[in-house]
Amino acid sequence: MNLFHFILQNHEQVLELTLEHLWLVGVSTLLAVLIGIPLGIVSACWPAWNRPVLGAANIIQTIPSLALFGFLLPVPWLGDRADRLAILALTLYALLPVIRNTYTGIRGVDPAVVEAGRGMGLTDSQLLLQVELPLSLSVILSGVRVAVVVSVGLATIAAAIGAGGLGEFIFRGLAMVNNQLILAGAIPAAILALSADFSLGLLERRLRPR
Amino acid sequence: MEQRTTESTVIEFRDVAYTLPNHQRLLSGLNLQVKRGETLVLLGRSGSGKTTTLKLINRLLIPSAGDVLVNGSSTSKTDVIQLRRSIGYVIQEVGLFPHFTVEKNIGLVPRIEGWPVDRIRGRVEELLQMVGLESKLGSRYPYELSGGQRQRVGVARALAADPAILLMDEPFGALDALTRDRLQHEFLALQRRLNKTVVFVTHDLREALRLGSRIALMETGRLITVLPPEDFLRSTDPLASAYAQAFAEATVPAANRGTS
Repeated sequence: MNLFHFILQNHEQVLELTLEHLWLVGVSTLLAVLIGIPLGIVSACWPAWNRPVLGAANIIQTIPSLALFGFLLPVPWLGDRADRLAILALTLYALLPVIRNTYTGIRGVDPAVVEAGRGMGLTDSQLLLQVELPLSLSVILSGVRVAVVVSVGLATIAAAIGAGGLGEFIFRGLAMVNNQLILAGAIPAAILALSADFSLGLLERRLRPR
Repeated sequence: MEQRTTESTVIEFRDVAYTLPNHQRLLSGLNLQVKRGETLVLLGRSGSGKTTTLKLINRLLIPSAGDVLVNGSSTSKTDVIQLRRSIGYVIQEVGLFPHFTVEKNIGLVPRIEGWPVDRIRGRVEELLQMVGLESKLGSRYPYELSGGQRQRVGVARALAADPAILLMDEPFGALDALTRDRLQHEFLALQRRLNKTVVFVTHDLREALRLGSRIALMETGRLITVLPPEDFLRSTDPLASAYAQAFAEATVPAANRGTS
C-alpha cells in the first residue's frame, strides 16, 4: 500500500486532523496578532519598553517546544484540555515575529513622512493609525507569515500532549516505525505551510507601499 | 537690549537656546523677530542652526532656554496640535504620504479638522490650481509624480488649512536648477498674492537674495546679522562678505577666472 492509497483510504481522518491542525494554528496566530501588534506598537512608540518586550519574546523563543508543552501541563485551567495548552504555547512562539516586525515596520517608516505628519499637526494616534500602521502593514504581515509557517510545524508537536492535529500521524508513525504514517502527517503539514506562506506572501506584496 | 514686540511681529525668539541631550549646543542666544507678511530667509551652512531655528517655531523641537512666541503668545503655553495646524510646514524631502493620493495628501488636515467633504474637494481643486498642477493629478499617487510636482503638492498641502505662517526648510533644495528656478518664481508670485508670513531655510545665497524680504545669516548656532537682500552684498560683516564673494565668483565662468 503506498502513501497515496493510505491517504485516500483514511481521507476522513486526514481531513479531520488537518482541520484540527488549522484550528490550532489559526487560533494561536489570531491571538498572537491581537497581543503582538499592540506590544510591537508600544515598544516602537515608547523606547523604554522595547528591550523588555522584545527580550521577553526572545526568551520564550529559546524554550524548547516540547519542554514548554510539559511546563504548561500542570497549570490548572489550561491543563484540562490539551488544545488550550497547545494554543497557548503556539501563541507564545508566534509572538516574537509579530512583535518584532510591528516594531521594525513602524520604526522603518520614512522619517520625512513622519516629520511632515507631525509638522502638519497630526496627533500621535492620528499619526499611528493613518500613517505609521498603514505604511508598516506589509512588514507586519511578513511577521505574521513567519509566525504561521513556524506554527504549522510546531503544531505537529502538540500531538505529543494529545492536542490532535497532523502530528498524530507522525507520532503514531514514529511509534510503529511506519514511514507512510509519518509522511501522511508530514506532507499535509508541509502543504499547509507552503500554501499559507504563498498566499500571505501575495497579500504582503499587495500591501507594500510604493 | 530692550526689545519691543510691535503688533506686526508674528514670530519672536527671545534669548532662545537649544541643546541636545548630549549637551551639544545647536543654538544659543537667539533673538529674532519675524514680521507679518515678510519672507525671512535663514541662511547658513549645514550645522549653522537654521533648521533647528525653524523647528522651534512649530515646536518639533522645544527650546532649552528662552521663549518662542507666535502671535504674541509663548508656544509653550499653546496647544501644540493647534499651533502646528495653524502653521504650514514644507520640507526638502516633501514627506508626502505614499499610501494617499495627491488629493488625500492635500486634504488631510482639512479632513481631520472635520471640514465637509465638498468643501475639502473644492479647496483641493483650488490649491492644485494655485501651485500650478492639473486637477487630474489629484487622483495620482506620489510615486507617479516628478520631483517638482511632488514639491508643489507639498506646498499645496501646507497651505490647505490656510495658515497665516509658512515654514519652508530648503523646499527647492533637491530639485534640478531649472525646476528650482521655476518654483522660486512661482513662490514669489504666490507670496505676493497670499501674503503669508514665511520663514524660509536655505544655504543658497542666490535663493535667499531672490526670495527674502530679509536675510538672517547664521553660523555655528548663532545669528550673525539680519539684512535686507539689497544690503547683503555690500555688508562689511566678514561672513556676509565671504558669502557675497563666493557668490560673485560662482557667476563667473571658470575660463574667465584669474585672467583679469
